[in-house]
Amino acid sequence: MTRPIRILVAKPGLDGHDRGAKVVAAALRDAGMEVIYTGLHQTPEMIATAAVQEDVDVVGLSILSGAHMTLFPRVVELLREQGRDDILITGGGILPKEDMEALQAMGIGKLFGPGTHTSELIDYIKNWFAERQEQEA
Amino acid sequence: MTAIKGLNDRDLKPAAERDAELERLREEVAEWRRKYEAASKRDIGFVNSQKAVEPVYTALDTEDIHADEIGLPGVYPFTRGSHATGYRGKLWTMRQFAGFGTATQTNARYKFLLAHGQTGLSVAFDFPTLMGYDSDHPRSLGEVGKCGVAISSLADMETLFDGIPLDEVSVSMTINGPAVILYCFYIAAAEKKGIDAKQLRGTIQNDILKEYMAQHAWCFPIEPALRLIVDCFEWSEEKVPQWNTISISGYHIREAGATAAQELAFTLADGFTYVERGMARGLDVDGFSKRLSFFWDIHNDFFEEIAKLRAARRIWARHMKERYGAKDPRSWIMRFHSQTAGVTLTAQQPMNNIVRVAYQGLAAVLGGTQSLHTNSMDETLALPTEEAVQVALRTQQVLAFETGTANVSDPLGGSYYIERLTSDLEAEAERIFADIEQQGGVVALLEKGWFQRKIAESAARQQWELEQRRKLVVGVNEFVTDEPELTIPLLKIGKEAEAEQRTSMAAMRAKRDQAVVDRRLTELREAARTDANLMPFILDAARAYCTLYEIRAALEDVFGAYREPVFF
Repeated sequence: MTRPIRILVAKPGLDGHDRGAKVVAAALRDAGMEVIYTGLHQTPEMIATAAVQEDVDVVGLSILSGAHMTLFPRVVELLREQGRDDILITGGGILPKEDMEALQAMGIGKLFGPGTHTSELIDYIKNWFAERQEQEA
Repeated sequence: MTAIKGLNDRDLKPAAERDAELERLREEVAEWRRKYEAASKRDIGFVNSQKAVEPVYTALDTEDIHADEIGLPGVYPFTRGSHATGYRGKLWTMRQFAGFGTATQTNARYKFLLAHGQTGLSVAFDFPTLMGYDSDHPRSLGEVGKCGVAISSLADMETLFDGIPLDEVSVSMTINGPAVILYCFYIAAAEKKGIDAKQLRGTIQNDILKEYMAQHAWCFPIEPALRLIVDCFEWSEEKVPQWNTISISGYHIREAGATAAQELAFTLADGFTYVERGMARGLDVDGFSKRLSFFWDIHNDFFEEIAKLRAARRIWARHMKERYGAKDPRSWIMRFHSQTAGVTLTAQQPMNNIVRVAYQGLAAVLGGTQSLHTNSMDETLALPTEEAVQVALRTQQVLAFETGTANVSDPLGGSYYIERLTSDLEAEAERIFADIEQQGGVVALLEKGWFQRKIAESAARQQWELEQRRKLVVGVNEFVTDEPELTIPLLKIGKEAEAEQRTSMAAMRAKRDQAVVDRRLTELREAARTDANLMPFILDAARAYCTLYEIRAALEDVFGAYREPVFF
């Protein structure tokens, strides 16, 4: 049996909309993952530090403030600087399509918008993890 | 003694006749019930936001509801409306929440909205402003002007209302953590136009309790935050007497996941807490409570939402009169703004949102709202474009002038279903108040994360219902089409606002008298250590062009910052 997936659900920036983050965190936990939730108003530095200290497989960023083009790339950069570009960065929120594409081009994984079924992101994370396990084996 | 007790004319009849009529009705209902049980029905829950509803309501369902609980518009307990004249006296205020980019950009949007017949303004601030950070603070990076307008000092507030007559237009400001600071910027901006604070009409949201519960834009710990709010009540009563010093908000609680009953009960419990804090300061309940106002979310379940507004008015009136001993009828009246539910809008097939908003707007009006914001169809995707806002505003105008709904006060009053729902929501709210009280009150439960957990549980249940198809949402889990994801143009907000704000703030800082700034901040810090009312000190700091963050930081030196209980 494989070990459970560890994921950090994080709220970068100043927006206080945590309904989505909490619903997703609970759904991932119910799907058998080990979930750590940062709480609100996190800087990219706080998120990257928590990801490394908690030794997570995945970081899930949730944002509704429109600051994603500043904050998401900064999380990628900080994890790279610490040699942890093996961590999958995914997320969701109010993200225009062209921004999603631009962020994915920077090395961020799939991003999800409003109305997403939680099984969609659970499957995405599980598949990514299974593939990585295979590569490592 | 007149015997008008019950809802129906049966109560005017002799007891024997009445009992015979009820007996007949009971038989008829029993007969109908047999047919109903035997027939096949669609396999869905038939539920509102909290429980199953009956297939039909009759006089048997309202037997325990007395006519004096329903009353008349403008008459205690105000179930049927806040004013005797309803919308014949005054239509609701059409107030669209707006703000983005710099003060200059938002000023242009306000002039557009006023030119199109909007009758009040409502300021949406960006996240840095909501949290008390200046546009040039490191934590503001990437957020300036994105979700609202950036206001960092009196200078920005002056630009925001340039050319707008503040003695004529009422202005609502959605600001909470640093509410009193922005309020002082506004008062100082009016002063500079030669308008006395006594002439100003408007509202600051200033409802910190629901921030800790749901919306999460806070600055200080709970106790000093409540002190600032009571300072505002006390000071405004004389200095800005026409201003609504708080807008006690269910909106964000509902948006974060609460049911209608939770929205109703948590919000009113917050309201009672503010009243108690004001009275504990020694303020006269009839002095400050007239300036308290409310803000409700108008969700999808049409009749439940109408009943919620009716129940809210009745509960507030009863508690103000009976529990807090208010004597002035104006203290009993709940005055409120409503907004259609942002959370019900879908990113899929966004044009459908126009229809959702229209139904929700209709519910708000049938519930007797005094002010309304109708959401724009594109708001799950971005801030609204001018075209989208115009459709939303026109939706209200069609309601007001074409549908006839504004002609009659509380047209659904007396409906078996509406009266039952109203009384049930009131009873459920009272049960929740008792629960809160028994566990130590609102502040104690916030510290434990009790409200936050209840709201998160409701949100998780709603997601589950959606995913299990217990609830159908058109375009999301039913009637899904393969149309391209985006079918409407969106407003883009670039990084220019941030750059412009940095430049203008640097110029403002260079121009102001730094010695006065330093002195005002020192005086504020010192006053915060005493139990002086802080409003005059904050207003003096605003007049001296101290920035939002400078004032926040001075207070934080004394008060500390809030830390949330983290869980999911």
